[in-house]
Amino acid sequence: MDRFPARSRAVVACLVTAVLLTACSGPQSALDPAGPSARRLSTLWWGLFAVAAVVFAVVLFMIVWALVLRRGPSVQPRRGGERTVVIAGILVPAVVLVATYAATLSTLSAERTPPQESELTIEAVGHDWWWEVRYPDFVTANEIHIPVGRPVTVRLTTADVIHSFWVPSITSKTDMIPGRVNELSLLADRAGTFRGQCAEYCGTQHAGMSFLVVAEPEQDFARWLADQSRPADSSAPDALAALGEEVFEASSCAACHTVRGTTADGDLGPDLTHFGGRRELGAGVAPNNPGWLAGWIANSQTVKPGNLMPPQPLAPEDLRVLVRYLESLE
Amino acid sequence: MTTVGERVVAEQAVGDRLEQIWSESGGLRGWFTTVDHKKIGRRYMVTAGLFFVAAGLEAMLMRTQLAGAQLDVVSPQLYNQLFTMHGTTMIFLFSTPMLFGFGNYLVPLMIGARDMAFPRLNAFGYWVFASAGIIMTGSLLFGAAPSGGWFSYVPLTEEQYLTGVGMDVYCLGLLLLGVSTTAGAINFLVTVLVMRAPGMSINRIPLFVWGVIVTSGMVVFAVPALNVDNALLFLDRRFDFHWFDPEQGGDVLLWQHLFWLFGHPDVYIIVLPALGIVSAIVPTFSRRPVVAYPLVVLSAVTTGVIGFGVWVHHMFAVGLPQLSLSFFSAASLIITIPSGIQIFAWLMTILLGRLVVRTPMLWVLGFLIVFVMGGLTGVMFAVIPFDRQTHDSYFLVAHFHYVLFGGAVFPILAGIYYWFGKFTGRMLSERLGRWSFWLVFIGFNVTFLPMHVLGLLGMPRRVYTYQPGLGWAGWNLLETAGAWVLLVGLSVTLFNIVRARRSGPLAPDNPWGGETLEWATSSPPQDYNFPVVPTVYSLHPMWDERTLATMSRDIAEPDRVLDDGKQALRTSDLDGVPEHALTLPEETVVPLVLAVGLLLVTLGLLFSIVVVTVLGVLLTVGGLASWHWPRRAPAPADA
Repeated sequence: MDRFPARSRAVVACLVTAVLLTACSGPQSALDPAGPSARRLSTLWWGLFAVAAVVFAVVLFMIVWALVLRRGPSVQPRRGGERTVVIAGILVPAVVLVATYAATLSTLSAERTPPQESELTIEAVGHDWWWEVRYPDFVTANEIHIPVGRPVTVRLTTADVIHSFWVPSITSKTDMIPGRVNELSLLADRAGTFRGQCAEYCGTQHAGMSFLVVAEPEQDFARWLADQSRPADSSAPDALAALGEEVFEASSCAACHTVRGTTADGDLGPDLTHFGGRRELGAGVAPNNPGWLAGWIANSQTVKPGNLMPPQPLAPEDLRVLVRYLESLE
Repeated sequence: MTTVGERVVAEQAVGDRLEQIWSESGGLRGWFTTVDHKKIGRRYMVTAGLFFVAAGLEAMLMRTQLAGAQLDVVSPQLYNQLFTMHGTTMIFLFSTPMLFGFGNYLVPLMIGARDMAFPRLNAFGYWVFASAGIIMTGSLLFGAAPSGGWFSYVPLTEEQYLTGVGMDVYCLGLLLLGVSTTAGAINFLVTVLVMRAPGMSINRIPLFVWGVIVTSGMVVFAVPALNVDNALLFLDRRFDFHWFDPEQGGDVLLWQHLFWLFGHPDVYIIVLPALGIVSAIVPTFSRRPVVAYPLVVLSAVTTGVIGFGVWVHHMFAVGLPQLSLSFFSAASLIITIPSGIQIFAWLMTILLGRLVVRTPMLWVLGFLIVFVMGGLTGVMFAVIPFDRQTHDSYFLVAHFHYVLFGGAVFPILAGIYYWFGKFTGRMLSERLGRWSFWLVFIGFNVTFLPMHVLGLLGMPRRVYTYQPGLGWAGWNLLETAGAWVLLVGLSVTLFNIVRARRSGPLAPDNPWGGETLEWATSSPPQDYNFPVVPTVYSLHPMWDERTLATMSRDIAEPDRVLDDGKQALRTSDLDGVPEHALTLPEETVVPLVLAVGLLLVTLGLLFSIVVVTVLGVLLTVGGLASWHWPRRAPAPADA
């Protein structure tokens, strides 16, 4: 009788697959691709991995062989071996490397030729330590929306030091370099929220510099574009929020942040016009909810030490209405 | 086999006379004045070992901080200093100086010489290295360490973004260190070219010595690029120059090109002598000569040349033109061939010989497994699209630890177990050595293997913390556990060393049956190394009766005993034909004075104290004058 009946083998197979899938998945995983570029790179990785595994197995086999077979005083050292070195060390690697180079060039040219023309160009500007995102009609921060199935060209620049724009599950990274403009193309073929993170060390809060890419169906994306293009609602939804707007305009908030449709037009920090609709705070260091937001405004240094926003010593009541106001900016 | 009879005979005949000539003063005075390559080599190794401990503890702090998501063990500011100093220390203050220490100790012994060609320059190199190391490591204790990463990309490292003295410590410390490394490299090159034993033609040079030669040649061409880079950055920071400022016509990529023009060759600068250690150990424990010696030599030399043509693979994501990327991709693929040749030469040597697994060989087998893995992921980084996906992620961190820990630390540990008896006269414990090996091997792989996965899961390097919910925490915890195992494993070797120094069994001349000339000396060697300079008849003189016989045969030959002053033999560069005797300098404090002068110049510039700088310049000039003052006794007439 079979020691492992079919059913338990199936269970094991399922488990292994499940472990592998969960091990590879994640909002920032290069092995859980959400677009043709990342999928190509993921395939490339598995190919390289297979070749490397074979070479490694050969080397390991030779070591084990030497350990098992070639020990003991009766073994007589033999001469020769040069030919094997030439074959295994030069000829075989040469063939493998030429094939690898061919794969390199073909993937490179596939990366360069977009499947379709991009109709939308946006600009991402790296800042210490957040992302400014400029659409043709508005400016936002730390959250990029793209339509599923349509490529978006991103022009990459920086306001200060070198940053690197990386959304592993959509495409590979490209640096943002002072004095230069780089470009990459974002194309997702399934809806979802994917995470990107700065990949070039940029100082104290390099770790706290991530962003979200939200890929959504065409209609949702169009609605989002339309919403974002509008200035903030002039009529605050309630009295508390209205008070909050006064605090915002009167306090130091307005010196660094812009809320279109109000007198706040600072340009040092992220544009907050539709802040309430964003999912995360401080370039991905905390979820955007009233509790975290209040803590962030009072002293963001405890949440993201070293970031450039100073603590705001506001009266508790002012803080409460300010949070209410910001959360109302959908 | 273990005691070299010919050496004993020669020593009885001429040892006393040579000892009188070559012995240096002991005690504190001797500490500051020695020019003996063995003492200097040991000092290099011990000092570099201390830096390894410091950088290792920095790594442990980082691993502890990363054990879970959003931990608060260290602040981001401190974490950034820790990884900067970990990298800078491991690369500049541990790897190269440690291997230079091995080279200093072993190169003259392996080529049958009595010292390095420039003994005072050798002492000077050590003092400068120690000064630079103390400035750089000391800065961390004052919270003023550099924090721009070990490759210090501008503009982050400009005054505007990183204020304070930390980055200046980096620029000036590395400039100072560059003086030491360059001096050491030139010394190696000249020593090997002119001071080999008679008969040691260029095709009989041991592979370890070849590794040191190629590395030294690379140092001479690579370090200037780093020096220029640091000088430009210092000018930018302190004197308002704009070398790297695009708004004033500068270019930030200039830093990267110059840095990697040094930085990639530096990987080979570190790895080649370490591979030389492997090439020294493999034949001994395979009981046969290495397979394909000419190919192994050629592959080291080829690596040294191609190594200068691959630097742009560190810059595949900066947006350079495709054509140049394809060129550097091809070069980066090609450079794996020389490494492959060496790997298969060692494998075939093991397979065709009779493998004897003692601790040095155990470390070498570990090296083979780890280094091959690092090489295989290295090939992947030559594949531009894959590089762009994983560059600056933990996949890269995994890769270069497999290459550098595998390619340098494993061989260094192998070398310590192999030559400890020669260095100190006492043997390390085999049992502790095996324990240490298995702990280090397992700990290393548990620490670094999961980093490949983390990189593919999107974790960037150089982050002091990370968010939960990304699937990273478990892998990180595993890595931290591995790091602790690794720490324990390395501590066992440290304990082994301390214990053996006190009470280890005495080492015979040639405990392992090695093939090269260092095993013809006593353990530890006499001040004069060889009582009679041997005449070499083959690539493996210790396995060759004719070579050994010349040591006892030539006890009456004045031009082999060389006892008319502190003499060494000058031989021709290619064929090793004896030409004439050279007189080497006596012990002196001048190299130390010169090094202190340079240290004062550095400190003066660092803290902008003019008086100290001027004092340093005066001391340096005075030291140089005294160095070059004609010696009173005229040298004996040269042939």
